[in-house]
Amino acid sequence: MKQLFVFIRKEFYHVFRDKRTLLIMFGLPIAQILLFGYAITSEVKNSHISISDNSRDANTEQLINKIKSSSYFIVDETSLSEQEIENTLKRGNVRCVLVFPPNFGNNLLHSGKAQIQIIADGSDPNTAKTLINYLTAIIADYQQEISPAAVLPYVIVPETRMLYNEEGNGSLNFIPGVMALILMIVCTALTAVAVVKEKELGTMEVLLVSPFKPIFVLISKAVPYLVLSLANFTLIVLLAVFVLNVEIKGSILLLFLVSTLFIITCLSFGLLISNVTSSQQTALLLSIMGMMIPTLIFTGFMFPIENMPWVFQVISNIVPSRWYFLIIKSVMLKGLGFAYIWKEVLVLIVMTLALLGVALKNFKIRLE
Amino acid sequence: MDAVSLKNIHKTYDKGNVIAVDDVSFDVKKGELFGLIGPDGAGKTSIFRILTTVLLADKGSASVAGFDVVKEYRAIRNRVGYMPGKFSLYQDLTIKENLEFFATVFDTSIEENYDLIKNIYDQISPFNDRRAGKLSGGMKQKLALCCALIHKPEVLLLDEPTTGVDAVSRKEFWDMLKDLKQQGITILVSTPYMDEANLCERIALIQNGKILSVETPENIVKAFPVTLYAAKSDNNYKLLTDFRNFDAVASAYASGEYMRIIVKDEHPDSITLLKDYAEKFGNRNVEIKIIAPTIEDNFIWLSQKEANH
Repeated sequence: MKQLFVFIRKEFYHVFRDKRTLLIMFGLPIAQILLFGYAITSEVKNSHISISDNSRDANTEQLINKIKSSSYFIVDETSLSEQEIENTLKRGNVRCVLVFPPNFGNNLLHSGKAQIQIIADGSDPNTAKTLINYLTAIIADYQQEISPAAVLPYVIVPETRMLYNEEGNGSLNFIPGVMALILMIVCTALTAVAVVKEKELGTMEVLLVSPFKPIFVLISKAVPYLVLSLANFTLIVLLAVFVLNVEIKGSILLLFLVSTLFIITCLSFGLLISNVTSSQQTALLLSIMGMMIPTLIFTGFMFPIENMPWVFQVISNIVPSRWYFLIIKSVMLKGLGFAYIWKEVLVLIVMTLALLGVALKNFKIRLE
Repeated sequence: MDAVSLKNIHKTYDKGNVIAVDDVSFDVKKGELFGLIGPDGAGKTSIFRILTTVLLADKGSASVAGFDVVKEYRAIRNRVGYMPGKFSLYQDLTIKENLEFFATVFDTSIEENYDLIKNIYDQISPFNDRRAGKLSGGMKQKLALCCALIHKPEVLLLDEPTTGVDAVSRKEFWDMLKDLKQQGITILVSTPYMDEANLCERIALIQNGKILSVETPENIVKAFPVTLYAAKSDNNYKLLTDFRNFDAVASAYASGEYMRIIVKDEHPDSITLLKDYAEKFGNRNVEIKIIAPTIEDNFIWLSQKEANH
């Protein structure tokens, strides 16, 4: 027992004396969280648009002010000439141009019908569609305002609500995904490298020629990284809550428990990688390149798994982070309890046991 | 019972394409300081790894401290001290931390066998808090030796401990090995330096995975079967080339200041014969004498004989 303790203490020395490891361990998560939280966002906010107002009456002014006051748009110019419309879009200065025909107000008030043209930059179709939706909604809203007395025989008013994320905060979907991504990569890579380092330095040879049980070598390697990963996880949660304003709806304890489980899954995977590689470079490449792409694609936070061809859907089942992502989303965002996630937890447990079993079985008591 | 014993050990790499150890057998007696002498790539490290149970031989059997290297590898791992050829300590841990770590891994403490390492440890203990990576080559070797000795092993296996270490540190190191031998520890040490062979009680000369000879250094030198001549001139390179073209010369090779020459047929006037020949070809200030063979000369003689087979 004392041997194990001293061995684990030695691992901590390694980690704390190696600035690069520390940087990867704690710098990467902070950078990723902030990147995904701020820079890479699926929300459409502060889009630049221009308006070509050929009517210039009270109505167009009211409508333009309404658009200006929404947080979705920044109106660059209101008096764009017809010739300039295409050029502005081509230059990419604005995402969308709104064109009021002459006599907009007159037509609206006297014939009760006016037209408005929305020209959007379709090279980014998703953003274009979103912008058109926002604009249409604002126009419809204005229409309601100016004709309160309009008697429509039947009106269906859709009342929409975004459950679990009322404000449509994009970080909410990304945070659990980034958590899964970071833990998966950091835990796997660092454990793999830690074991392979001993092989590369030749210290493994000495450890093998000692009464110390090989299993203990693996345990001692895994424990420090489990502790550090939990600290890492705490840091990510704190960042998410205090910097990105993500509210944790479910039980914090449950969140930490399932995360510990997932960290152990990743550690086992790292140990497995360390078994089959003999240089730090290979281990690092295998764990980062090998893990990054499947995790990004098959976790489900970037691309919905339901839309994938069935082959990929099947493959996604063997990616641990996919299950963890589901769990975290349920616990953190929806506030669900263990009863709703036990299936995913079971999958992770089975995966961990399998990985750990293979890693231990393959651990070489000799050099070859 | 022998402390180390190898019987017909074969080891190949790369699916049998590279022969590392070729039918090697030798025994090391209890309490002996035994040297495995041979150039790089002779198979020394493979033999050490087989003995320390981290490598499996293709054929043959071996035992260390009376235990079989395959079946009873656990028992061996408790009883040997091993210093691999590559410096194998934690560079980012201090001297003290390294020593404490290895002591604990071997289930002992620095204090328990302190008398064994005291002489060596005293030399490095002033730098206790320095990291191993920042130590000089000689100090690293001392620290590695301390770590290998910390659990009072029955057999000490040292793979090229003096490679890359300066002359003074090398001498100190061999003095330490003699001290350890006094304490009853069997030591098997390998080295590519022929001059270190004389410091061992018995040596095995090894080349291309084959054992050329197992003897005491004195007997190996005594067993040199022919007269060895030493020669030099103003231009040693020319002299060597000329002698190599001489019918009466069996072999000629450079070795320090004087080149070595072996003649085909022993003759009382060989010196005059060689000198006349050399001068005929324009070599000036030719000096030729009979010289006592060293281990290195033996090694070359034996490996040439092996090659001619």
